[in-house]
Amino acid sequence: MRITFRRVCDIFGTRKTNRTQPMVENVRLIDRTVSRKATVGTLYLSATHTIFVENNPETRKETWVLHSLVASVERPPTTPSGSHLVIRTKNFQVLELLVPQERDATDIHASLARLSRPEKYSELYCLSINPTANKEEREESWSFLDLQADYRRMGVPNNLWVGTPANSEYRVCDTYPSELFVPKSATPPVIVGSSKFRSRGRFPVLTYFHQDTLASICRCSQPLSGFSARSQEDEQMMQAIMKANPGSEYIYVVDTRPKLNAMANRAAGKGYENEDHYTNIKLQFIGIENIHVMRNSQQKIIDMGEVKTPSMGDFLWGLESSGWLKHIKAVLDAGVFIAKAVAEEGVSVVVHCSDGWDRTAQACSLASVLLDPYYRTMKGLMLLIERDWVSFGHKFSHRYNHLDGDPKEVSPVIDQFVECVWQLSEQFPCAFEFNERFLIQLRRHVYSCQYGNFLGNSQKERRDMRLRERTYSLWPQLWKDRAQYVNPLYRADHTQTQGMLRPNTTPYCFKMWKGMYNRLEKSAPPRHSPADLLTAVREETQQLEQELTNHQEVAPRGTAHSGTKQGIQTRSRNAPDEHPSLRPSLVLYVFTGLSPVDVYCWVLWGVGGGGGGGATAKSKMS
Amino acid sequence: MEFAELIKTPRVDGVVLRRPFQPTVEGTLCLTGHHLILSSRQDNTEELWLLHANIDCIEKRFVGTLGTIIVKCKDLRVIQLDIPGMEECLNIASSIEALSTLDSVSLMYPFFYRPMFEVIEDGWNSFLPEDSFKDLESMTDEWRLSDVNQDYCVCASYPPLVAVPKDVDDDTLRKAAAFRHAGRFPVLSYYHKKNGMVMMRSGQPLTGTNGRRCKEDEKLINATLRAGKRGYIIDTRTIAVAQQAKARGGGFESEANYPQWRRIHKAIERSSVLQESLIKLVEACNDQSHNMDRWLSKLEASNWQTHVKEILTTACLAAQCIDREGASVLVHGTEGTDSTLQVTSLAQIILDPTCRTIRGFQALVEREWLQAGHPFQQRCVQSAYGNGSSVKVRCEAPVFLLFLDCVWQILRQFPCSFQFSEHFLVLLFEHAYASQFGTFLGNSAAERAKLKLSQKTVSLWSWVNRPQEAQRLSNPLYEANSLVIWPSVAPQSLLLWEGVFLRWNRSSRCLDEAYEEMVHIIEYNKELQNKVNSLRRQLAELETDDPLQHTE
Repeated sequence: MRITFRRVCDIFGTRKTNRTQPMVENVRLIDRTVSRKATVGTLYLSATHTIFVENNPETRKETWVLHSLVASVERPPTTPSGSHLVIRTKNFQVLELLVPQERDATDIHASLARLSRPEKYSELYCLSINPTANKEEREESWSFLDLQADYRRMGVPNNLWVGTPANSEYRVCDTYPSELFVPKSATPPVIVGSSKFRSRGRFPVLTYFHQDTLASICRCSQPLSGFSARSQEDEQMMQAIMKANPGSEYIYVVDTRPKLNAMANRAAGKGYENEDHYTNIKLQFIGIENIHVMRNSQQKIIDMGEVKTPSMGDFLWGLESSGWLKHIKAVLDAGVFIAKAVAEEGVSVVVHCSDGWDRTAQACSLASVLLDPYYRTMKGLMLLIERDWVSFGHKFSHRYNHLDGDPKEVSPVIDQFVECVWQLSEQFPCAFEFNERFLIQLRRHVYSCQYGNFLGNSQKERRDMRLRERTYSLWPQLWKDRAQYVNPLYRADHTQTQGMLRPNTTPYCFKMWKGMYNRLEKSAPPRHSPADLLTAVREETQQLEQELTNHQEVAPRGTAHSGTKQGIQTRSRNAPDEHPSLRPSLVLYVFTGLSPVDVYCWVLWGVGGGGGGGATAKSKMS
Repeated sequence: MEFAELIKTPRVDGVVLRRPFQPTVEGTLCLTGHHLILSSRQDNTEELWLLHANIDCIEKRFVGTLGTIIVKCKDLRVIQLDIPGMEECLNIASSIEALSTLDSVSLMYPFFYRPMFEVIEDGWNSFLPEDSFKDLESMTDEWRLSDVNQDYCVCASYPPLVAVPKDVDDDTLRKAAAFRHAGRFPVLSYYHKKNGMVMMRSGQPLTGTNGRRCKEDEKLINATLRAGKRGYIIDTRTIAVAQQAKARGGGFESEANYPQWRRIHKAIERSSVLQESLIKLVEACNDQSHNMDRWLSKLEASNWQTHVKEILTTACLAAQCIDREGASVLVHGTEGTDSTLQVTSLAQIILDPTCRTIRGFQALVEREWLQAGHPFQQRCVQSAYGNGSSVKVRCEAPVFLLFLDCVWQILRQFPCSFQFSEHFLVLLFEHAYASQFGTFLGNSAAERAKLKLSQKTVSLWSWVNRPQEAQRLSNPLYEANSLVIWPSVAPQSLLLWEGVFLRWNRSSRCLDEAYEEMVHIIEYNKELQNKVNSLRRQLAELETDDPLQHTE
């Protein structure tokens, strides 16, 4: 049965009627990692996914690709054996299909091009698929995180910082949240005046308060200073921030841009704070590049991953010329500077870039991760993203290309934050409650639009779209699945989970994030992961603890024989074998062999997937 | 010669020791015949004991009368000693220079070292060729142990006993030896139990420019092929390098004379190139002022990772020929003592689970490196800081270190398949360059026999195989894996070996803590298992007692 693919384009209008899915048979899925090996199967296009089902009756392996994660669909010239389609996803996977009939390929290409580029929010997954199935559950999902409670956790409001109603109904700044904290001495005229002197009205507000030193991190956008303009209110605002930290005589203003960029902005009537006009500020440029540089840099990393059998030189040269790790280091350096100022010097920091929603979000949130162990837990990281990214108006829909829009607005800003956290977790293997999988999953959902959290570009837009009534929140779902995101080495009472993290940012401490950019593809052999093994061991330990408790409860009451007998028998059936090597929960991880011989061919040797990952455990020699 | 002649100032007070990531220590510096010792003479501070043999080079500087000696060690650590008094400093420096470059092997520390532990099992007898041949005999009767090299006359770098095809007599071996570089005729390196295929190794054939051939050599290697089967010759050199070797009397096996063999050339570099690479890599790792671009470009320019990839790829190729193609393999480069051994030993780690155990790995090092005649003494005379001034012909090269690096790469990709941990690899690296044990002295079995090492020194294996040491070197994640393990050799799968190259350049505290945490999790699990099992046993006993109790 063949159905033309043109109809799929109508699917948004008809998705609720249970129509037969369009499909094409005898499609070959080509394994790009290994010597052009292909599996034959059927390709289905649903409203939400492209699905490839292997014909092999034994495995019937399915490959699902979410339309919203499709980055591009390419159609190389038709060959005698059929038409190729190359689907690249936003999470760096590549699917190559060989479709026997050219007409089918054209149809699939057209359909996917349309399906993967929604033009309206209503076409997005979270708004188009059963958005209102369970009202109670949905509402509950949105109350899972409470930002205000997190401010209370850091001790805000207090006698230094207070909530201001200035931005209720988004009157002063439409990209800021409605609830904001400012220094107690900042009067409404100061707030409004400062806001008028800042790009897009983004005046300095509190993002993190450090209870130990009373120093704070504030964020804003660049001042509209040009070459000579000044604003009394803005200067008063900065003064108020300094005074809100009784322990310090000055504040740092961290401009996360390269100094040259900041200076160039003056010509457009923007720029940076003139140290002569603001008393007691110390200006510090960090040098994180702009979104266009970052976009190109990531593209080079992606391109590098597609090079067939690269030599070590190709790889290292590509890594260097992409500049990616240099940028990651710059972002982390910004976080380290801020964290040190706050925790070690006890000096408050005001952070901005141009608009104060990209580099500023990166720098502020990383500083929080470094400063506060809470943000290294699963819930803490969720809250941090909800605060520094979602509530403060990071332009998710623009940056992550949710709708077919301006490609120049797209940039992997949050990717870099997530990667910095990963780089930290490599240096501090016991410091984070979550594992690499959690970070990868989190990033995936920023792009996937399966949940409403990251739609739109500001709190106001999300409110106007009534997302809380129409979609689900991601956070409770991640929390529900937390067992698979746990870092087995994390202990709440471990030294690495206390206090501030002081990472080493020497270049050799940064690594290419293989788990993100070189995900294992289908045919690659499963690898041992120490983290997964340890997780299994810990789960087993819990069962043992449980069993021990049971025994100990039973043992003293040695007379209850019949009951005990029964109990033991059932338990021991589930209990681990006495031979350590046969422990059922662990057998899973013993390497299970490799795909057939032709996987490793003479010439193409060197592409057989990769492995490892997880914590690299090592120890010092005596 | 008396060491005292070389030590003009045996003791200096008020010396300050500076090391990265560790507190400064002030104390007394003492020089002995084999050690540089710095002690603060306080109870709770550690003493520095540095073997002179571990010192790669020193640099001296003076500011007024305060002298500074920078000591660069073969294990890559760099320490600084501030010594008050110019004369003292100069004396110490010249003593260190003399003592760290002693010419005579018999003056080395292993000849003076007396073990502070009880030798339970003498490591010199732990891995005898006769014993490993017994294992082979239990699997096949196609091989015999030949004593043709009993007096090291046929091949100076081979051991007295080698395994060769049963049907080939010693006369044929002698003739084949004359046709191979330094007499290194093809011998058995590994027998793959699963399919009976073998890996052999040798030196290059001496074909020369006029294409000399040797019927006995052909007969010898053909004897390892099953009827109608073809084998593979893996030449670790590129075809261009192999061609050039002809001009110097060397060469490679021609298709015409070896029709049953398919020859594959790989590109493992000569040892002098590897040494350059190590120097550049360590230089890059030690300079913390680099920005990211500079670091990555220095890392690339060192080519170290390229060598790792090439060696691993060649080993995978050899393993693939044997396990997947079901063919026998002959591996050689030029001498057959460097790249050849890297390939044959790594291939065994891939193929043979025994080699992934602590003892099995020792046996592998013993068999494929020590017995097989890797010139440890020459290769490890200098490490990354050596300037070569002490030796006329430069022959140092990190051949063994590269092998260990490749093993580390496989270990990292298969963290549960090895009985030993990274510690064992680092330990072997250290001891190959400087040691109190005699294991890595000399360049061949012949030299070791002449030095009477087994009588006069202690074997490293005697120490490693004590239960407490074996425990320290063992991998808590180990689960015996009887399968062949295929490492990925894609560039992104191969990492810089931080445990060696960044070891002294950053604090490893957090990583050490993670390791301890991991050990703790596993130990606790085992402890609980024992408890649960013993409780179960007790309960079972109670149940069998039941009838008695009831009858009472």
